Amino acid sequence: MTDAIIIALKAAFIWLFPLMLVPLLIWLERKGAAFIQDRTGPNRAAIAGVRLAGVVHILADVVKLLTKEMMIPAQVNRLYFVAAPLIGFTVIMAAFAVIPWADTLVVGGREIAMQVATLNAGILYILAITSLNVYGIVLAGWASNNKFALMGGLRSSAQMISYEIPLGLSIVGLFMVFQSVQLNEIVRGQGELLFGFLPKWGIFVQPLGFLLFLVAAFAESNRNPFDLPEGESEIVAGYHVEYSGIRFALFYMGEYVAIVLSSVMIVTLFFGGWQVPWMPTDKLVAHGDLLLKVMLGAGGAGALVFAAFMFTFSRRIRGAFGDLREREGTVLGIASLAAGAAMLFFFARSFGLTLPEWGARTVATVAQVTMFAVKTLFFCWFFIWVRWSLPRFRYDQLMRLGWKRMIPLSFVNILGTGLLLLLVG
Amino acid sequence: METVLFYIFAVLTVAGGVAMVSLRNPLSGAFALVMSMVGLAALYAMLHAEFVFILQVLVYAGAIMVLVIFTIMLLNLNREELHEVPVSRIRLLVMGAVCAGLAWAAVRVLDQVPQAKVEMVADFGSIEAVGRLMLTDFLYPFEVISLVLLVAIAGVVLLAKRRI
Repeated sequence: MTDAIIIALKAAFIWLFPLMLVPLLIWLERKGAAFIQDRTGPNRAAIAGVRLAGVVHILADVVKLLTKEMMIPAQVNRLYFVAAPLIGFTVIMAAFAVIPWADTLVVGGREIAMQVATLNAGILYILAITSLNVYGIVLAGWASNNKFALMGGLRSSAQMISYEIPLGLSIVGLFMVFQSVQLNEIVRGQGELLFGFLPKWGIFVQPLGFLLFLVAAFAESNRNPFDLPEGESEIVAGYHVEYSGIRFALFYMGEYVAIVLSSVMIVTLFFGGWQVPWMPTDKLVAHGDLLLKVMLGAGGAGALVFAAFMFTFSRRIRGAFGDLREREGTVLGIASLAAGAAMLFFFARSFGLTLPEWGARTVATVAQVTMFAVKTLFFCWFFIWVRWSLPRFRYDQLMRLGWKRMIPLSFVNILGTGLLLLLVG
Repeated sequence: METVLFYIFAVLTVAGGVAMVSLRNPLSGAFALVMSMVGLAALYAMLHAEFVFILQVLVYAGAIMVLVIFTIMLLNLNREELHEVPVSRIRLLVMGAVCAGLAWAAVRVLDQVPQAKVEMVADFGSIEAVGRLMLTDFLYPFEVISLVLLVAIAGVVLLAKRRI
């Protein structure tokens, strides 16, 4: 019974993690685009005058997409048209099953692996499942019975097939270094030190592999500069041109979930996953008391700094708008002040307290999950950053890059890694 | 439990195959084949052949079938453009009889195979086990297959692009 509850909780966590990030990322994308293009970004949607710097805009979006008419054009193949968005979204959500988000937690003699499925095939499972993702896009393009949509579907299938090869080949070198394809084993291997001071992260042992994987991951998630399947200036909106309402929303959300998946894979393979740099799990557990104090202290101090920023910000804009926007900073500042004070209170109470074994382990797990989430968020922002900085590829450039540059380079990477491993150890 | 799952996936596999030959729409046929391949992959997983299961999904369902669908979409044939091929009843009957005979023979042969209990190795079907076998006991066939594939690739390029 307990086992079933634990599995349900784990599955709920890894499903809610990307789903909760989706609205945040949509907000971040709009504000990030505005920041890069020197604009203000969305700030009009309001509930009773409260705008929260565009966060309310997401709620307006959700209401719009849910209540909009779901058009089914007369000329489409109904079954495939309806099934396509579901396939794409389901497949990409299923890929999260093997992602580890912390080291194995030992509580009460029970070992809880912090990943839903501990498959022997590990990362290959993600590659296999995401290779099915293309069906959603291809079906949508074909079933729409529209020339632009068909072009989008065609481009997407060619692109995904082409970049799956460098995506798979670029991590072979990593497997050779860490002697495993299981994600948790790879992350554990990254806890060691290189030359005594550098964390043995994938990016340091496989720099070329990382670059190739990063580019291929961008191409696989159909993000700029590889968003040819929906290239607005050429084929309107590509494969989802005929979709509206919640069916369109599934494609839209699927894009952001794909970003989260790519970020999670980059972090897990090349940036140490849940590893806190220079602090392997046993060290974290051994210094559980100190870790708890550091986390509470840093959290409290951070909340106080945020509160101070909010207060100065709201003083600066006083009288500029003449509506509730001027008060939002004050309210957020007070909330943040309260949270910071509570954390500092517990920080003060934590002196003279010794944690039991399971407490130290739980604290270590919390630190690791936080580390994992912070790294993932950084790469989600990286995806947005790149989108608003680089122009789109031309189709022939895309194919040339994939087949003539990346695939030979990934073979060179495998060969070089093999030779180096043979010579060194 | 295992038996029930086996029948579910076996029916999925066979139904996909039947649908693939009987559906008129080429794209529906291709998707029926995908269904059949996924069912087959699930059967591999039930046999503890984890690595083969992943490869079946990755290579067949994920790559080869996408190329097939890509081709179908690229041609985008209407029903009028697909010529009806007249098939005589007698020929159909003869072919059906031959196939039924072959199936019957196959079942008879399988019945003759002695049913020995085989002890399973601890890491059966894992990536390590398959890889080790491929690079030791089956190195020769493995290399020959890669050579055959290379020849096929070169041949396709030569046929498709007569002037290189």
